[in-house]
Amino acid sequence: MKTFVYVDHFKGEVQPASWEALGLGKSLGSVSAVVFGSGLDAITKAAFEYGADEVLAADDAALTDFRAEPYAATLAALASSASPDLILFPTTARTRELAAMIGVDLNTGVLTDVFELDASDNQLVATRPIYEGKVLEKVVCSGKPVIATIRARAFPKPEADSGKSGTTTKVEVKSDALTEVAGYSASESAVNLGDAGVIVSGGRGVSNNPSLQPPAGLDEKQVEIWRAQQGFALITELANVLGGAVGASRAAVDGGYIPYSHQVGQTGKVVTPDLYIACGISGAIQHLVGMRNAKLVVAINKDADAPIFKQARYGVVGDLFQIVPALTEAFKKKLGK
Amino acid sequence: MRRSVLKIIACIKQVPDSEAKVKAEGGKVSWGDAPLVINPFDEYAVEGALQQKEAQTGTVTALCIGPESAKEALKHALAMGADDAILISDPALEGIDTLGAARILAAAIQKIGGVDMVVFGRQTLDSGAGLTPAQTARLLRWPMLGLAGQIKVEAGSVTVDRVIEEGRQTVSAKLPAVLSVVQSIGEPRYPSFMGIRKASKADIPVWSLSDVGAGAPEAIVRRTELMNPPVQDTTIEIIGGESPAEIADKLVDKILAEKVL
Repeated sequence: MKTFVYVDHFKGEVQPASWEALGLGKSLGSVSAVVFGSGLDAITKAAFEYGADEVLAADDAALTDFRAEPYAATLAALASSASPDLILFPTTARTRELAAMIGVDLNTGVLTDVFELDASDNQLVATRPIYEGKVLEKVVCSGKPVIATIRARAFPKPEADSGKSGTTTKVEVKSDALTEVAGYSASESAVNLGDAGVIVSGGRGVSNNPSLQPPAGLDEKQVEIWRAQQGFALITELANVLGGAVGASRAAVDGGYIPYSHQVGQTGKVVTPDLYIACGISGAIQHLVGMRNAKLVVAINKDADAPIFKQARYGVVGDLFQIVPALTEAFKKKLGK
Repeated sequence: MRRSVLKIIACIKQVPDSEAKVKAEGGKVSWGDAPLVINPFDEYAVEGALQQKEAQTGTVTALCIGPESAKEALKHALAMGADDAILISDPALEGIDTLGAARILAAAIQKIGGVDMVVFGRQTLDSGAGLTPAQTARLLRWPMLGLAGQIKVEAGSVTVDRVIEEGRQTVSAKLPAVLSVVQSIGEPRYPSFMGIRKASKADIPVWSLSDVGAGAPEAIVRRTELMNPPVQDTTIEIIGGESPAEIADKLVDKILAEKVL
């Protein structure tokens, strides 16, 4: 099988699931890494190290910022002439748009959030979540190429071999941009829950520390948010010691405690870390669906009847404001940090 | 500043409530007696559309593909403040895929005519693919402004604050354009009493495929199997102790012994 793997990056920072897609493509046959942007030497080099047989690069100032229209036109033209059987993407905000558009241009199907891909009997069968992961479906695509975006951490990441290199072919750029990117500000708390190996999450319970004395002059809602932020500070310390990311329940983001980008358990935010520590999260169904594929789940909650305990391997019935800092200290000591 | 007159379409879908216990049953998706509601992300689309109508002037039309029962989702949009609603319903639309849905929506938007802005939610709770906004834009050959957390219209152009994992970008395009919105657009307003009354009396037109002027799309993506996720047999071990430090000590040993770190 001939596979294209689109290497998604933001300002040169590659989404790690791109390499997982490369490994998947390699297991099915030959792989061409497709890289768009400007100043792509480092990414091209990495693509060979992760196993690409060739790199197809559109290195052009017109492609500096991701814009769906010129990227889609360039990729669709490339795919039309090279006719791969399969185009794989990591699942990101950018690739959802890009894959959607080349699906239109090439009149073929797009399978998103794929976490299993079976290639026996000469037919690609993809498994993907629907209804927020409450149900799974197997789907086939009758168009060619098959376009699939894969879920992060679902396929093994290949070992990088620094000795490898190969031929890079220049791709003709179609620069029919319809949008203009005028500015960018990095998020205060860059969070990539999909790629995280460890996630420490907070819920409504993080605002319930009565022993804290809030600053004067805040109204009731501001006091609640202030309290929650103190709670999330403890959670962040624990996440930092473990090299992990900070997650949150819907109750916590709806309460304004933390930005939406941290939310676990809505469509598209199914997380699969090796370790998931839920702090003060009762466990609404969509949250449980979002995190149940974690390898090891630990729950800390005051309420022994909280549904989250049904999903956890280890539980502590207690006050997160005492347990979380104690955990941070214990990990520091035992991990030698 | 001169205010623009905007003709805005909010594309919505009806889905089982997010709290529903959805499962695979006899090869079909079942959600028991859980209510069908407007897709939660699409409530933000209606909110975003209404905000632009209020900031400028103009109309908001809610557009939905679905069975007759999906009129309830459209009535929710009307109750929130949409001016009118159109349901696209046709037996031939059973089992369409995202590209098929985008083709029908694009054809309907062209048929409505004179549209300045189409607003989608970021994805639906059922398929969760999140492809339809960009596919509709591509079919219309209009710019796609995805994941807008803020929208500003000025002199025939639209500028959005695009919310991505890495931060926020400012992206602009000429109208007409297709947008998808995220939660930062603002909490969807509750339907007013007057709005609910107006919606309950509304006579929502139903367009068939021939009304839209589109042929029945052929599904390129086909489902071959439906499954419930494997049940994990987790038995929980509650860690206790005399002090937080002792509990933490025991718990960390347990976690480290699992060798997941």
